[in-house]
Amino acid sequence: MEPCEYPHIEDQLAPIVGRHGGGDATHLLQILRDVQDHFHFIPPEAIGCLASHLNLSRAQIEGVAGFYSFLSLSPQGEYRVLFSDNITDNMLGKPELMQYFCNKLWVEPGKVSEDNLVSVDSTSCTGMCDQGPAALVNGWPLTNLDQNRLDLISELIRIKKPVAEWPEMLFEVRDNVQRPGMLLGEAFEHGAGIRAMLARGAEATLKEVDVANLRGRGGAGFKTASKWTFCHAAIAEEEGSMICDVGGNPERFIVCNADEGEPGTFKDRVLLSSYADMVFEGMTVGARVIGARKGFLYLRGEYRYLLKPLEAVLSRRRANGLLGENILGETGFSFDIEIHLGAGAYICGEESALIESLEGKRGRPRNRPPFPVTRGYLGRPTVVDNVETFACAARIAEKGGAWFAAMGTAQSTGTKILSISGDCARPGIYEYPFGVTVEEILRDCGAEDAHAVQVSGPSGTLVSWQEFGRRIAFEDLPTAGAFMVFHRQREMFAAAHNFTHFFAHESCGFCTPCRVGTQLQKRIMDKIANGHGTPADLEELKHVGHILGTMSHCGLGHTAANPVLDTLKKFPGTFERKLKALSFEPAFDLDGALQTARDITGRDDDWAHLS
Amino acid sequence: MSEVKKVRIATCSLAGCFGCHMSLLDIDERLFDLLEVVEFNRTPLTDIKHCSPCDVGIIEGGVCNAENVHVLKEFRKNCKVLVAMGACAITGGLPAMRNNIDLWDCFQEVYRYEGGLEGGQIPNDPELPLPFDKVHPIYEVVKVDYFLPGCPPSGDAIWKFLTDLLAGREPKLDYEQLHYD
Amino acid sequence: MSKTITIDGTKISFTEGQTIMDAALAAKVYIPHLCHNPEFKPHGSCKLCTVNVNGRAVSACTMPASDGMEVENKTETLDNERRAIVQMLFVEGNHLCPTCEKSGNCQLQAVAYCLGMMTPHYNHFYPPREIDASHPDVFLDRNRCILCELCVRASRDVDGKNVFGLSGRGIGSRLVVNSASGRLGDSTFAVTDRAAKVCPTGAILIKRQGFSVPIGSRIYDHKPICQVETEGKSGGEHE
Ligand SMILES: Cc1cc2nc3c(=O)[nH]c(=O)nc-3n(C[C@H](O)[C@H](O)[C@H](O)COP(=O)(O)O)c2cc1C
Ligand code: SF4
Ligand code: SF4
Ligand code: SF4
Ligand code: FES
Ligand code: FES
Repeated sequence: MEPCEYPHIEDQLAPIVGRHGGGDATHLLQILRDVQDHFHFIPPEAIGCLASHLNLSRAQIEGVAGFYSFLSLSPQGEYRVLFSDNITDNMLGKPELMQYFCNKLWVEPGKVSEDNLVSVDSTSCTGMCDQGPAALVNGWPLTNLDQNRLDLISELIRIKKPVAEWPEMLFEVRDNVQRPGMLLGEAFEHGAGIRAMLARGAEATLKEVDVANLRGRGGAGFKTASKWTFCHAAIAEEEGSMICDVGGNPERFIVCNADEGEPGTFKDRVLLSSYADMVFEGMTVGARVIGARKGFLYLRGEYRYLLKPLEAVLSRRRANGLLGENILGETGFSFDIEIHLGAGAYICGEESALIESLEGKRGRPRNRPPFPVTRGYLGRPTVVDNVETFACAARIAEKGGAWFAAMGTAQSTGTKILSISGDCARPGIYEYPFGVTVEEILRDCGAEDAHAVQVSGPSGTLVSWQEFGRRIAFEDLPTAGAFMVFHRQREMFAAAHNFTHFFAHESCGFCTPCRVGTQLQKRIMDKIANGHGTPADLEELKHVGHILGTMSHCGLGHTAANPVLDTLKKFPGTFERKLKALSFEPAFDLDGALQTARDITGRDDDWAHLS
Repeated sequence: MSEVKKVRIATCSLAGCFGCHMSLLDIDERLFDLLEVVEFNRTPLTDIKHCSPCDVGIIEGGVCNAENVHVLKEFRKNCKVLVAMGACAITGGLPAMRNNIDLWDCFQEVYRYEGGLEGGQIPNDPELPLPFDKVHPIYEVVKVDYFLPGCPPSGDAIWKFLTDLLAGREPKLDYEQLHYD
Repeated sequence: MSKTITIDGTKISFTEGQTIMDAALAAKVYIPHLCHNPEFKPHGSCKLCTVNVNGRAVSACTMPASDGMEVENKTETLDNERRAIVQMLFVEGNHLCPTCEKSGNCQLQAVAYCLGMMTPHYNHFYPPREIDASHPDVFLDRNRCILCELCVRASRDVDGKNVFGLSGRGIGSRLVVNSASGRLGDSTFAVTDRAAKVCPTGAILIKRQGFSVPIGSRIYDHKPICQVETEGKSGGEHE
């Protein structure tokens, strides 16, 4: 290893690198998170230093540091406050509150205060939609923000009180489980799933998952047993043997996807807060079935506050023989779980981007085939499943497939956990058997005069009041869990507008149609919002939406136009009311584009303006 | 022959170099054939200052200042068909090279620091067109019906384009006539 | 019996492991592409090579060919969509062809000619991008970079140097250079590197060679790229 040019930085970095893999480049993202915490940005000197520690090029490290929105290549304030920018936060007054807060602290959004004390900005949905408006301060979640709380927070910042010493009530995050079902309502005995599996055998347990007809809860609804079987097949092809009931193989992996970045989704947060054992147990069952020795929980950066409690659960499970070597005394059954934190990138919920991120790289979706089940983490067979999928798997292992399949509909067995937010009296977590209608849900959560529901988030489906009879099920309305309710008086354009900003901000930038298309879509929506839209702009939105939907590389781009296209179809009025009657309006604000020249020349005559 | 109503064409140069107009003259003796069927309204060639109702308007150059917008809008209002001719009208072209330079810096450099002008004043005469932050192609300001790229488009390209247009065909350039440089 | 796929009704054979693009190139069938160069690992980012396979849009450069595949390539719909992609590439950068040394030899421009692009159509972003003239022999102008990562791949996989990388995200993605100053002149880059000669656009230019071939006599001035690419020379190498 080359000597580091910056000894003082080296001293500070060495413990961080030591904590995370000791020089293993797959830990780069974890290291950079700590570097960011320590210096409030990633200093160029640190990049050089880490390059020699990890045997990577500077460009590779800069590439990772520049990709994740919680990492920053330029200095941020000692206190970095990021307001959640989901439409539900906005409906609860986020824009005004953020402005209020900025005024109080004499700082402009997106900038660092002159004394480097504070920087304030927006961030994509932080998953606190049922207790918004929400924000993050140096990564820790703040909920239920109002002017009083912001007064207190700005005071704490002004007196430079360390975040760790702030009053706990500011950070209170509630589960808000309003309607428990078989996952959330029935007691779960730790180890029950694993015990039942060991008694039955791994292959028979895979059968049970198959009989249960469990489908992935992360959105796509892929049949879980098939995914596990494909992983089998990939391994069998490589190793020419059956792998069930063999000892853990260090060369295959099981990953729990807790990136939960879809705006309006927060059910995985609750599962990990209060039902983590069930989730880890599901992973352990899955690990036994595919013969994995190691598992990862990829936890979105927004949920870093859960890291410690989750580590504690893992330790307890190790102590109780539910993780580690020879689990529950079964010789050769070894499996353990490591938690990796994300750093602000929705795309890392896409399974192949997630794997790249786990390897410490930029989160960009891979080319498929090969799929992760054949070549995933470090090029080895890997199963990636959603948090809730694993929770279901634990229950199925415990109680059997038939029990599970008795709930729900033919193609959508079991229950679905919904995270409900927006215009309703009782936001929070609701667990329903599949097949429930939108109408029933709205009644339960106390949504009166609802006009529309965004099911499964921006990438999902906008359901108008005419369709409230539709059902939550893969056959009709598939969902990863988001359920955002909009009242009759809401302007649906605002939601679509907000979502276009979300996608433009979260596009990974790998492929042309999405990198540029999401940006075009956002700019056209801005133009309409500013009162300069014309019917031609609507046609352009449809055209860009078509390119996004057909040409993009991954699911993000494929769905990025859904909110605009759905809203255009189902609520055309919300657009039309905003349009100018003219058939053409300039692409930019003509008069505004003369402002600099007016400032320079001091002119304000008629010819210095354009209408 | 004289009963046939001639197609009325207007042209102008906004933020351009007149290169496209030179190229228009480059169609050489075919210009006479053209004049059989068209008459020119406002153009730099006729010195008519304002555009009256026309069949075709041909614009060279992008939009770099407020005056360009007035002229462009007058053309759009008066012309049934509007054509963007040349790289500048279509992408901003060479004048758009200033788009990455801050307007403040531009002014300072030109009026304050340029040799011989040290300590000079930034002019503020209302007669002078006020510049935009950036140079834009004309289609970002008005609706444009046809595009004829090239810097400048060759005489042949212009000829092919116009003969197609006048014959009521969808203008289509041959491979070697389609150029951005 | 050899395995075959059909592209626009024409049967072509392929060997196991080839992509649709490999098979097409071998059979001298042109599928538009920008980020693909057969010398390097397929990347799949520009999406120009999008074709339809059984009604599904896939990238020809990364999709493995499989026996009996029916591929649609030269259709009006696909060409319209590809033109839109090229237009997106034009407006997201600063492509002022009249000022560019690559004009006439540029693959982005050539593909645009082939697709009959008369205008970039979308509103220009005119992003501020950095120019780097620090290297004695090579000029890096990010205004023209289309993020194809060919230079990244060439430097990493052929030159073994890792001179280039991508940073930023989304529309903020940008090419970065592996040196403490971030400048090409301070990196290990050499004009003899393979990476110096793979850029499909005018983003990486070798100094002191400007206009040695005059505008008007360049590769794509008289011959469309679809013809150039199917007449023997493999993609990418056009010096
Ligand atoms: C842009 C994008 C974001 C995604 N985000 C998530 C996520 O946050 N959580 C998740 O479980 N799946 C997410 N997915 C789906 C995953 O790619 C993958 O299908 C899922 O984790 C598989 O697990 P399952 O079969 O249990 O649903 C996302 C997909 C895309 C395209
Ligand atoms: S669709 Fe968007 S998020 Fe997906 S690879 Fe392309 S740019 Fe990245
Ligand atoms: S790189 Fe190609 S498209 Fe871009 S300016 Fe140069 S010649 Fe034109
Ligand atoms: S510099 Fe050239 S080769 Fe490198 S990414 Fe940009 S366009 Fe591609
Ligand atoms: S004036 Fe004709 S191309 Fe610029
Ligand atoms: S050539 Fe296939 S995606 Fe670029």
